[in-house]
Amino acid sequence: MNNTAFLALILLASALAAKADQSAVPQPSAAAPASGSKTVKLCDNKTTVQVSNDLPKTRAEGQKISDSLMAQWKASNPNNSWMQEEIEAHQITVPADNTKLIGTGQSSTYGTVTPQDVQVWKNETYKTAVYGSSVFHSGDKLGSEIAVSCDMCHPRAANTHPESYPKFQPQLGRVALLRDMINWCIEHPVRGKVLAPDDPKMRALEAYILAQRKGVALDYGKR
Amino acid sequence: MNRSGKMPHTKSVETRHVEEREELFRGLRNLDRRSFLKVSTGALAAAAAVGATNHFHSFLPVNVAYAAEGAALPGFTFAYISDSHLYVKKTNERFVRQLLRAVDDVNNLNPQPDFVFYGGDLAQLGRKEELDLGAQILKSIKAPLHMMVGEHDWYFDMGQRWNELFGPQNYSFDHKGVHFVVLMSVQEKDFWTARGMSPAERMHTVAGLDNAVQSAFEVGAPQREWLRKDLEKVPTSTPLIVFSHSPLYKLYRPWNFWTDDAEDVQALLQRFDRVTVLHGHTHQVLTNRIGNIQFHGMLSTAWPWPYAPQGLPPLTVQMNRPNPFDSNDGLGDGSVTVHADGLVDKLYNLWNRNPMQVKASYLSSGGKSDAPVAPTLASY
Repeated sequence: MNNTAFLALILLASALAAKADQSAVPQPSAAAPASGSKTVKLCDNKTTVQVSNDLPKTRAEGQKISDSLMAQWKASNPNNSWMQEEIEAHQITVPADNTKLIGTGQSSTYGTVTPQDVQVWKNETYKTAVYGSSVFHSGDKLGSEIAVSCDMCHPRAANTHPESYPKFQPQLGRVALLRDMINWCIEHPVRGKVLAPDDPKMRALEAYILAQRKGVALDYGKR
Repeated sequence: MNRSGKMPHTKSVETRHVEEREELFRGLRNLDRRSFLKVSTGALAAAAAVGATNHFHSFLPVNVAYAAEGAALPGFTFAYISDSHLYVKKTNERFVRQLLRAVDDVNNLNPQPDFVFYGGDLAQLGRKEELDLGAQILKSIKAPLHMMVGEHDWYFDMGQRWNELFGPQNYSFDHKGVHFVVLMSVQEKDFWTARGMSPAERMHTVAGLDNAVQSAFEVGAPQREWLRKDLEKVPTSTPLIVFSHSPLYKLYRPWNFWTDDAEDVQALLQRFDRVTVLHGHTHQVLTNRIGNIQFHGMLSTAWPWPYAPQGLPPLTVQMNRPNPFDSNDGLGDGSVTVHADGLVDKLYNLWNRNPMQVKASYLSSGGKSDAPVAPTLASY
């Protein structure tokens, strides 16, 4: 989880605490013990903490509530930093920068492009490529029976040449797309099970491989 | 079996013989021929006294006399196998079969090489079982064997099992007038303690060629000091052949095709007239020359690496792009011919393809003569 998201959760919990401050009536859902308490819920809509109504309504107490929620969330999501770790280890190419579109948007579907739009486009695209990297580097995720992963022949996706597809592959007897070669590699050198074309792992692998060749001119059919 | 292949607690008759002979060679190196014959006769008597009677012929080192005079060496060949990356057999039998193929290759060489050099990364994840399996397979090599360590052998138990099996990770020896040095060039700075990594996690991180969490490889100050001292006794006219697992120069940091203190090590080697460095790790045909030093890579028996996107030395003629439909393409082993002048021709025995030879004359001429045949399909 990055710092911005963490901060957002803190703010949310603080806001909830502040709201409780303004509210004269106890929350209906809170099964009130003697002194009365209320339930504060995290934005995942699952994680909760009971807060006594007598709690001083200060920022410091609000912080405690948010820390308690985050601690619970982190404990139940031990893999929460997978994306950060994957990026640190394998330095995946970031997608194109679209910030110059902010404030423009004539004839776009949703009107003017906002910074949030640009952020979402980037995050979602990047997440797919980063997940692809984690599959690419893991024999387990690829289902390899012999502990072989893609990076063992293609560090940082080198020599995967996605720009050269589609091309006629005599060994396959037909025109191969990038995903056909990915599947060939999974089946043979990796010795795993082939992926369906729309399998999330296949889509992510394609995203990662294309990300790593960002900027290379397309040249389909190149041998 | 020679010193590098010895077991730690027992010294066979052969081992003691080789050690005694090496000691004698070392002492003889700077003598002129007349004094040499005198000392040599003394050595024969000494050898007889300790009971090494079967090996009298070895104590007539004509080659060393030549080396002492700075004249031509007899010339010889040695073979190499490298980067087998063994898992245990039940995990991955393919890599095991590929190492067996290489062992067959060197055992079928006729004439036999003077010795076989193993270039590191015998194991994939540094486990005892992997190293033991490798040691067992390498025992069937007929020629004497010299071992070098790679990062895949080291970072599970920090070299403990490798040292038990094969002895110290850096050492030197002399053979037919050439001084050989074996380095441990894959020292990494501690990235694991602060991260609270287990030995398996540490090993797994280092095992990822493109994993940026690990540190850069280096020989390190203590070993450079050892090297300086080792070379002190060696005259500059003696040909030098150095083995390192990582290339002893800076090619491409993101894949650790790199030795961080390469310049410092090169500085120790530059005073010699003829220096060759042979390295593993890069799994490809790789050629370089820096000043006096000629560099050659070694092939892997496990998988080929692509060429790095940057930093390829201009003298490198690439091997053909491996064909993924042809298993074992881009893999192989090879041999090294040491000429009378102490420089070497490097043969890459590419399985399933024509071999590639990179001659000393190609490097000495700065690429002007004897260029290897360029591939039809270079890297993308």
